Amino acid sequence: MIAHAIFFYTFSVIAVVSAIMVTASKNTVHSVFFLILDFISISCLFIMIGAEFLGMIMLIVYVGAVAVLFLFVVMMLNVAQQKNQWFIAKNSSGHIPVGLLISTIIFFELIIVIGGWKYKPDLFETSNLITNEMSNTHSLGQVLYTDYIHIFQISGMILLIAMIGAIVLTFRQREGVKKQSYLKQISRERSEGVEVLEVASNKGVKIDD
Amino acid sequence: MIEIGLGHYLTLGAVIFSIGIIGIFLNRKNIIVILMSIELILLAVNINLVSFSIYLGDLSGQVFTLFILTVAAAEAAIGLAIIVVYFRNSGTIRVEEIDKLKG
Repeated sequence: MIAHAIFFYTFSVIAVVSAIMVTASKNTVHSVFFLILDFISISCLFIMIGAEFLGMIMLIVYVGAVAVLFLFVVMMLNVAQQKNQWFIAKNSSGHIPVGLLISTIIFFELIIVIGGWKYKPDLFETSNLITNEMSNTHSLGQVLYTDYIHIFQISGMILLIAMIGAIVLTFRQREGVKKQSYLKQISRERSEGVEVLEVASNKGVKIDD
Repeated sequence: MIEIGLGHYLTLGAVIFSIGIIGIFLNRKNIIVILMSIELILLAVNINLVSFSIYLGDLSGQVFTLFILTVAAAEAAIGLAIIVVYFRNSGTIRVEEIDKLKG
């Protein structure tokens, strides 16, 4: 139990500090690095709490794909050069107290929700009970491929549509790139390619192009 | 303090969620940081779902965490594609200068 507490506090302190640094860091690349740190510490928490499949999936999907995508876009757009102050805007600093107020309210709402749950713990009837004789991945697979198979396939469709959408959005026809045109090549004939000329002696031939 | 229960995990989720909200509201830098804040918010939701799932002994929370992961990946891909297209068209992604919709 002591070890659980030590691990929990270590990982959660790292996660909270890196989440603060994601929003507060001046360099966008540093923000992406802190985002990666945040994902990693949270996935460590997941693995520690017993959801090891989700922890690993989170490492693969977030750290391996999403964060690298962020890094790629940040470095491609070259926004790290745009040195800007963090909070202070020139003409719209009135947003700051409103934002602080709203986020404080949301935080206290969440605290109230958690407190209410703590005083009435038997609020939920649970199904799909976790049993101990199977591993987490095994039991998750048994639920995922039977009860939630349609939602699972729909999420696959969502990924496909996202992929098509990203390609369609960023696709552009480049200008000045020479491409092979098969139709032009095939439809070329002898009459337009070859010309027979009478060449006078001691005079060259003038070619049009 | 020593006995780690569900409340600790939910508090951690609440803190990260609030940091994400603060990052969205107070950001003056560029819109990529706003997308990262949205990722933080989704991460907080995932923490809540997984901790409820473990402490209540119900696997549905972890299944829905998987779906949230899917939606988060799709959202990041589409959002970054939109940002790339916008940067190509207008040359900036600073939040203050994105005012084509007169917001």
